[in-house]
Amino acid sequence: MTPNPASQPSFSEHRSPARGGVARWKSGAAPAVLPLPAASSTPKVWLKDISLTYRGNNGSRLLALDSINLQVKAGEFLCIVGPSGCGKSTLLHLIAGLHQPSHGHVLVDDKLVDAPGTDRILIFQELGLFPWLTVGGNVEFGMKMTHVPKSERQEKIRYYLRLVHLSQFQNSYIHQLSGGMRQRVALARALATEPDVLLMDEPFAALDAQTRDLLHDELERIWAETGRTIIFVTHNVREAVRLGDRVALFTFRPGRIKREFDIDLPRPRHLEDVTVAKSAREILDELREEINRSLEAEYGFEVRQ
Amino acid sequence: MKKFARHAIFYAGLLAIWALLAKLRVWPSYVFPSPWGVLEALVAGFKDHSFWIAIAVSMKRMLLGYALSVVLGMILGLGVASNKFLEETVGGLLVSLQSLPSICWLPLAVLWFGLTEKAILFVVVMGSLLSVTIAMETGRHQIPKIYKMAGRNLGARRFRLFWHVLLPASLPYIVSGLKQGWAFAWRSLISGEMIFVSLGLGQLLMMGRDLNDMSLVIAVMILIIAIGYIVDGLVFKTIERRLQQKWGLTPAT
Repeated sequence: MTPNPASQPSFSEHRSPARGGVARWKSGAAPAVLPLPAASSTPKVWLKDISLTYRGNNGSRLLALDSINLQVKAGEFLCIVGPSGCGKSTLLHLIAGLHQPSHGHVLVDDKLVDAPGTDRILIFQELGLFPWLTVGGNVEFGMKMTHVPKSERQEKIRYYLRLVHLSQFQNSYIHQLSGGMRQRVALARALATEPDVLLMDEPFAALDAQTRDLLHDELERIWAETGRTIIFVTHNVREAVRLGDRVALFTFRPGRIKREFDIDLPRPRHLEDVTVAKSAREILDELREEINRSLEAEYGFEVRQ
Repeated sequence: MKKFARHAIFYAGLLAIWALLAKLRVWPSYVFPSPWGVLEALVAGFKDHSFWIAIAVSMKRMLLGYALSVVLGMILGLGVASNKFLEETVGGLLVSLQSLPSICWLPLAVLWFGLTEKAILFVVVMGSLLSVTIAMETGRHQIPKIYKMAGRNLGARRFRLFWHVLLPASLPYIVSGLKQGWAFAWRSLISGEMIFVSLGLGQLLMMGRDLNDMSLVIAVMILIIAIGYIVDGLVFKTIERRLQQKWGLTPAT
């Protein structure tokens, strides 16, 4: 594989003009997307002893999350890895305020989260882009809901679409775009409300390798430029090491934090870097046991044989 | 164009058989009218304005009744969908009521409203109200949950969530409900007019029967088909196709 996929000429999505001119959208009269003040004393997101129990139809109870304690600093890029079914997506829903924990509290800036708020935007795994709106309309949606004046909205639509290299597609409908482009629309839609915290739920899981590499670069760049706090859920350990300042490893059902890893490899990193692979190996060894448990739960004893 | 040619051949053949049977005089002309007789009736009907008046009267009833049932149906459908109890009780009742042909409401309507326009409007409304209501209700339930979550996530609340997310998300269901409602209302109106004698296409049909004028009967039947086809095939199909293309539900041709 080519070491730097950003320069791959065969990548068909990138007919958009902005590519290659990294400086182009950095400069100029951009709307206020100033980097937020980095590390302050209180954590940006503080999960205090979170537990969540689902009640099944037959009265059975399932403990999905168990005593999660986690602090995320402002501007930090935290990755959460774990086998499928470990409740990591659910945790993002809790932080987004779409559900309430059975026990414990979610604090953002020391304030209790009890409802959705545009200071925390979740990018869903299935994206949830609105097919009845154009790309521009989707990006505008959150701003419209938060009563941003129309002229400002127009300006920001243009700015954020440029940021994700989709300027030419402002008037396209969602179904006309490829998977990677839709992913970038979702990112632009989330960024346009200018949230302090960006919650991403396996956003790149369904993409091909080239597109994913490219979006890693773009996400890292946007993160560095805007200084948002990002909590990124994935089942791909290498991806977590590639992107995160820190990686939290979850156990399989009930979801608990098994271990946290600080990733202090220099940026920019790349998925194929030896150092990334080495760190990933270390985490993967810890994860193996949980994956086996999840496979066993899913396939029964067939796996063992 | 090939499709058009096939259609042309089919209908030309049909017309030829009809003309042949009429020419052979297998049945008397008051039982089996000839194509040229029907054509004459059509021309005469439009010439002496009786068709125009009938169409105008029927369409006025139709538009009034349909508009009424769309408004009522939307309110009712949203109301029913908003509450689990209502949905189980009223929703279930509505579905069972839908198996009742709406013309069955005519005796009651005549009793309640007398032989007035209101009685026929009532039958039309009962014909399409349930389709619209049920479509609204299912629309609300078929919306993928992700849209609601994404809407809430991006700051939409209560009315704005309804207006900007739930309503557009259920639009495909609403349109198919409106289409079905129109078809039911049209059938109800014609049957109502046939029984409850007053101006209108249905009454024109019965007049043809009373006068033993089968050419007139067939001519009016053709009119009824044509109007139904124009509204369904042109108005609703166009809306549906546009919607599907915009949403990417079918590949744009």
